[in-house]
Amino acid sequence: MFRQLALTLRVGIATEPPRSFPTLPALPLEDVGPRLSAQIQRIFGRSLHIRQVDAGSCNGCELEIGGLAGPHYDVERFGIRFVASPRHADCLLVTGPVTLNMAEALRRTWEATPDPKIVIAAGDCSRDGGIFQGSYAVLGGVAAVVPVDAVIPGCPPSPAALIAGLLDALGRRS
Amino acid sequence: MREIGAPAAVVGALAQALLVALAAPLLVGLVRALKARLTGRRGPDPWQPYLDILKQLRKEAVISTTASWLFRLTPFVLVATMLVAATVVPVLVTRPALSFAGGIMLLMYLFMLGTFFLALAGLDSGSAFGGMGSSREVAVAALAEPTVMLAVFALALRTGTTNLGTVAERLGGEPALAAHPGHLLAFLAFFIVMLAETGRLPVDNPATHLELTMIHEAMILEYSGPYLAMIEWASAMKLFLYMTLLINLFVPWWIPTEVTGAGMLLGMLALAGKLVLLAVALAVLETAVAKLRLFRVPELLAGSFALALLSVASVVLLR
Amino acid sequence: MATSLHVLMALGGLTVGLLGFTGWMGDARALDVPWLVPLSGLSLRMDPLGGFFLLLVGATTVPSSIYAIGYARGARRGLGAYALFVLAMAVVPLAANVPTFLLAWELMALASYALVLTDDRDPAAVRAAWIYAVMTHAGFACLLSGMLLMTAWTGSLTFADWRAAATTLSEPARNLVFVLLALGFAGKAGVIPLHVWLPAAHPAAPSHVSALMSGVMIKLGVMGILRVGLEWLGVGPPWWGVVLMLAGTLSALGGVLYAAVEVDLKRLLAFSSIDNIGIILIAVGAGFVFHSTGLETLAIFALAAAFYHILNHAAFKALLFLGAGAVVHGAGTRDLEAMGGLIKRMPWTSAAFLVGALAIAALPPLNGFVSEWLTFQALLQNGRIPRPELNLVFMLALAGLALTGGLAVACFVRAFGIAFLALPRTEAAAGAQEAGPTMRAAMALLVVACATLALTPTLLLPPLGATAARLLGDAAPSSREDLLTIAVSGDFATLSMPVIAAALGLGLVLPFVLLRVGHAPSRIRYYETWNCGRLLQTSRMEYTATAFASPFRRVFDFLYRPERVVEIEAHGESRFFVRRMVYRNPTRSLVEDWLYAPLLGAVRAGTARVRAIQSGSANLYLIYVLAALLVLLVLA
Repeated sequence: MFRQLALTLRVGIATEPPRSFPTLPALPLEDVGPRLSAQIQRIFGRSLHIRQVDAGSCNGCELEIGGLAGPHYDVERFGIRFVASPRHADCLLVTGPVTLNMAEALRRTWEATPDPKIVIAAGDCSRDGGIFQGSYAVLGGVAAVVPVDAVIPGCPPSPAALIAGLLDALGRRS
Repeated sequence: MREIGAPAAVVGALAQALLVALAAPLLVGLVRALKARLTGRRGPDPWQPYLDILKQLRKEAVISTTASWLFRLTPFVLVATMLVAATVVPVLVTRPALSFAGGIMLLMYLFMLGTFFLALAGLDSGSAFGGMGSSREVAVAALAEPTVMLAVFALALRTGTTNLGTVAERLGGEPALAAHPGHLLAFLAFFIVMLAETGRLPVDNPATHLELTMIHEAMILEYSGPYLAMIEWASAMKLFLYMTLLINLFVPWWIPTEVTGAGMLLGMLALAGKLVLLAVALAVLETAVAKLRLFRVPELLAGSFALALLSVASVVLLR
Repeated sequence: MATSLHVLMALGGLTVGLLGFTGWMGDARALDVPWLVPLSGLSLRMDPLGGFFLLLVGATTVPSSIYAIGYARGARRGLGAYALFVLAMAVVPLAANVPTFLLAWELMALASYALVLTDDRDPAAVRAAWIYAVMTHAGFACLLSGMLLMTAWTGSLTFADWRAAATTLSEPARNLVFVLLALGFAGKAGVIPLHVWLPAAHPAAPSHVSALMSGVMIKLGVMGILRVGLEWLGVGPPWWGVVLMLAGTLSALGGVLYAAVEVDLKRLLAFSSIDNIGIILIAVGAGFVFHSTGLETLAIFALAAAFYHILNHAAFKALLFLGAGAVVHGAGTRDLEAMGGLIKRMPWTSAAFLVGALAIAALPPLNGFVSEWLTFQALLQNGRIPRPELNLVFMLALAGLALTGGLAVACFVRAFGIAFLALPRTEAAAGAQEAGPTMRAAMALLVVACATLALTPTLLLPPLGATAARLLGDAAPSSREDLLTIAVSGDFATLSMPVIAAALGLGLVLPFVLLRVGHAPSRIRYYETWNCGRLLQTSRMEYTATAFASPFRRVFDFLYRPERVVEIEAHGESRFFVRRMVYRNPTRSLVEDWLYAPLLGAVRAGTARVRAIQSGSANLYLIYVLAALLVLLVLA
């Protein structure tokens, strides 16, 4: 216990400061829905609770999303938190091309989330099916099941891109 | 007993309840921020819980079709019990306005009232997670009861009263009463019970996403919107009250006994200082230990019970 | 005809209750009918203690009888037994001499035996009645022997004479009488390990009878202990009180632990009665100890706490049993695992049962909290006794009481939650009907009683203290003028129930008003329970009663010693293709395994050997008769 505390005190805060994010590619976020209004941004600007939904992804995106909670990217400093129940969530972060088996589950998760809510599709698969586009087992993108408000492209999108996308959605980057 | 007029008592009670209600989320935020720093992250703002609660108040409430009126009543019961408990615990002055209404027993059973309804709400929606959370929560609460009673019994034997305000006053006035091994043992026992009852590590992880590891969180999975805000707020108040109780019963110095301007200021500073110290200790402990397996928790509670029993025995035998 | 009898019983109960009330307040009465009872005739005296218990009998009979109008639905069976039962219970507190007491006691037992046998086609009920008959008569044997010994030593059959002559008896004599009589009364009260009849008999009887049995009859056992130890035998040594406290702690813990894993709703309530009797005995034992160490004020306080809990328990246990009866009526089963969702089908019954559950879990602002608080405070006063061994006993009782309180909360969360909440687990539960108007009226009466007992401790404690003082032979304590707050030993502890109730009410209303003003929530939408997106939500996904109790089964497995029984029925071709699997995980009763099984085994072995004298030969029997005559001639 003391060894770990000593290590922490020696290493200090390992979080990457946010000023590095504007150097990312120009438009990491594609705003495809009408719901990201200023009102939404006002409500969620300082506090966003995310429920991550895996709609049949290869878990590449999940690994990148998993990095968001760690010391290096630390998404919690922006007031963004991951929650277990969609009833507690404001935002559904969906990955995967939406396989046929997960379609109904995704829809029910969306219904279980209270309004106002936004849906952010992370990764190329959730945008249009990605490398699984055209397969017999997928619906080809989250928009086929629930209304999508923003897409963060990438295969997979890096944690920095994810944070940039989330902050853009909340109108907090510039 | 000091006689205070009824209107002054009501105003004092409301003021103290308001103070606890307003300050509680800050304490939770502080602990969270400290835990983040201790793991090398910049972490959230200590004021973040306020933003979370305010946001939840603006959302709609999604209620299960299986649930009944009890589900909607529970958040109100939780808030009511915490507000009433806030008027009984010595926070700023040694004798809060309603301290005559009951002592440690009233406090513990008020918390139990909240737990009762929350456990029922967990069962109400008919989900397995909720039932599991309820079952675990009432088991932990039941096993923690005897420790609290014995720990406060040790204090009551030393100070001659179970009224929380009077205990704080007597210990504050005669520091020699606290210089006793029983006092330290009772403090340790009460600290462990605090961890169990407020759902902190190593008993329960407040930040877990794995339903099978949840105790408190599992019962509130179905809540949303303003109801969720009320429940989170009530949990924050519970943590605040338990920590304040721990501090003001066992370390009751620099608490003013009269309601005067300078006294209030001194009291607030003293309380804030002590709470920050305890929050740091809590954050360090939570960062350092892992969550106990659920069926090892009774062993921990039995250990705290043994500590409480020892403290009472030492008070009785070393009289 | 059944309805008119029940109405008559209700009115009779009211009258008896009012009579008891006047007696409790100090109005002494006497009644002697020399020819009614053999030996010394019927003799009734009403003193404050007798009046208190008479009030209890009458007051509990009223809602039970009203309930029975709807519950029994005109059935004629058991009417006479019911009337006899109540009559006998009314006579027991007033009996002033041995024959009256024993006659009334036995009539009470026989009447309740008949009532337990109401449904004599059910083998479980028949077995329950048998166990009850055996245990109550074993207790009766103890009572008889104790009372006959007292009669022989004091030369009188009247209790008043015993009180006067108590000091002339030797210490061992008084101890022996105390042990015999306490055993007899404790068996009736359902103290562990003499409790085995209670969980069998209470569920078998009709619900309004169970309410009377749990609410009143077992309290008469406590009354007997009070009379024996404090009145008939004078001041006893401290170990009497210690034994009572330890037995009380054992009963409290054992009762609630068995209730916490019980799946039959009425058996759960029966075990909970054992728990509460334990709590009452803890307070009674504390009173005994204080009395024998000379701390009279504290003894009065402890006994007043016990009386308060007797009143409270009668109120909320009757409410719970009546509610359970309505549930069994509606859902057609006593099994918790077959219920569920009743809060939507039976809203009034659920609300009444919830009040009962809150009260029995000793949660503020209801009455259970008041008497539990008083008991705690009485125990906390033990610092005045300068003997460490007695302090240790009080400490154990305190810890046990605290553990019981927490476990009772868990037990009734489970009982209410599984039975009433979520989705119905069977067709029968899904089609449950709300209870009839008379049944609801009876439950409403008891809810009002609980609320009244909760808010008026300052009014009730002075007369309870006076009753205790009369029993102990002391002067009544002076009462404070404060209507709002109870105060113990000046500054030691204070409690103000009306203020707590008002504060909680305000605390409930305030956030409600604030949310309304802020138009929150913006909308309420109803959707299915969150089940991780699964396509099916049925009652099979709910937590079961057994699962809810599993933390307790694990923690206290040394007590329950559960055994796993797995029966696998496989297909003929291969044992890997399972056709049917049955899993059972029943708990075993420690007392039955360690005490009764060996005892009964020894009795059976002994009687098997004695059976040898039954040879069937008439000549041998004649020799037996001759031998007996010779022995008697020598002895006389």
